[in-house]
Amino acid sequence: MAEPVYITAKVGTPDLQAEPMLINIGPSHPATHATLRFQATLDGETILDLVPEFGYLHRGFEKESEAATWTQVVPYTDRLNYVSPLMNNVGYAMAVEKLCGIEITERCKYVRVIISELSRIIDHMVCIGTNMVDLGALTNFWYFWKPREEVYFLIEELCGQRLTTSYTRIGGAMADLPEGWTDRVLAVCRGVIPDCIADVNALLTKNRIFIERTMGVGPISAKDAVALGFTGPCLRAAAVPLDLRKDEPYLVYDRFDFDVPVGEAGDTCDRYMVRMEEMRQSLRIIEQAVAQLPGGPINIDDPRFILPAKAQVYGNIEALMNHFKFIMEGVKVPAGEVYSATEAANGELGFYIVSRGGGGPYKIKVRPPCFPLFQGIPHLVKGQMIADLIAVLGSVNIIAGELDR
Amino acid sequence: MSIVLDRLRERFPADVVSTHSDFGDDTALVRRERIVEILAFLRDDPESLFDFAMDLTGVDYLGEEPRFEAVYHLYSLEKKRRVRIKVRLHEDDPVIDSAVSVWPGINWYEREAYDMYGIVFRGHPNMKRILMYEGFEGHPLRKDYPKAKRQPTIGPEE
Repeated sequence: MAEPVYITAKVGTPDLQAEPMLINIGPSHPATHATLRFQATLDGETILDLVPEFGYLHRGFEKESEAATWTQVVPYTDRLNYVSPLMNNVGYAMAVEKLCGIEITERCKYVRVIISELSRIIDHMVCIGTNMVDLGALTNFWYFWKPREEVYFLIEELCGQRLTTSYTRIGGAMADLPEGWTDRVLAVCRGVIPDCIADVNALLTKNRIFIERTMGVGPISAKDAVALGFTGPCLRAAAVPLDLRKDEPYLVYDRFDFDVPVGEAGDTCDRYMVRMEEMRQSLRIIEQAVAQLPGGPINIDDPRFILPAKAQVYGNIEALMNHFKFIMEGVKVPAGEVYSATEAANGELGFYIVSRGGGGPYKIKVRPPCFPLFQGIPHLVKGQMIADLIAVLGSVNIIAGELDR
Repeated sequence: MSIVLDRLRERFPADVVSTHSDFGDDTALVRRERIVEILAFLRDDPESLFDFAMDLTGVDYLGEEPRFEAVYHLYSLEKKRRVRIKVRLHEDDPVIDSAVSVWPGINWYEREAYDMYGIVFRGHPNMKRILMYEGFEGHPLRKDYPKAKRQPTIGPEE
């Protein structure tokens, strides 16, 4: 039994003796958004200790991958961070391409940048929207659902699916962009998203209720955030300007002009501010990427990695055999091990891949950005109120799909 | 040759088994005895400054001896460099010292490697399963654990 805690008596109140109360939150609770569980030890409403628990959504991504071919893993990656699946597709494809030594085409690099930034915008919208719902501001949620829906229409047009995109392939993509797609991207990025960001900005950023509810709630120092392995907006909110798009430029991010916003206190308000600014910066990147988008093929010209054209498959035996081998045995990837990291919406999304030269991976380890963030939640909320836990949990944006894999 | 790997070989000549930089990833295979010292050196050495423990996982090379491998991925904020540190562990004694004292954030990664591969991290403050439940038998990412194997689901006691 824990030591009893004596609540300090205030003038006019009786001196009560109380024991810490253990309260269970989740795994199925509206404010946890996903199947997460906390065991909180409370003194009144103050959190003395918090034990996060997860694994309820573990579906053996890594084990399944070991029995699949390289291309069959792509659909599994959709289910990691299901709020921005295209980014997982890109991250996985880049890791395998690093192992194969493939240099993808210029057009494909730009396309991957555009889909990544669109995904980042909708990911941040979901995060801010649902965080605000938890704090009682439902309107912002709907204001952000509209542009998100527009982006989903674009994604649907791109790959036929809204959520389970599976768009990338080793050495390229499933298909080239549809006719006129980039014009519609620009129309959404110019006509829909900025207005919605401005609306939410007007409702929240100078709103006294919002500020008092978020400022100073769940802060973290830069030193602690680094020691705990935070990445992404949560790290940048703590004034550490780590962004792999700038620090280890991949694809063509070094050709764009954009800023990396940072916060000061690392609290819930800073995380909100960083995400709002990142959406604006993503819009800038998309504008530049569409303007620079080159023509040419989307896939590399290499029969070892790219499926033969359908007309060929139906027309001659070599292409048919090639197609069959591709599907049944998988792309042949050289033996070796690589770690490849991209800046996903929540932070560093890393893939550690071991190949022994077969048609499928020997081992895949995903480094999900949520994993250290979820580990750090007790550090963020200890000594604060139980209601603040809900605000903090929404603002660090835990996605159980990639947390549990 | 990479500066980090040179420094590491210079400081721990007896502990670094081999190094390579295949695919541009600096990698060092080290002995397990002084792993915490090696990791602390990489964190504090002014030429390295690996302040992020980005990832830790196990790999099961079934049929090889030693069978298991613990793989650390480190990142340096200031130098903007990465390094991979690998340690081979024998099947009958898959034990390695915990690095929680070096990076508190590595805590859960070590628990996951224990859960998935049965690698035990000596000195870890809370060496328990993390993704699987307490009553789960075996370590699911080991190569000799059948993918389709089922175990009873747990629930509240009747």
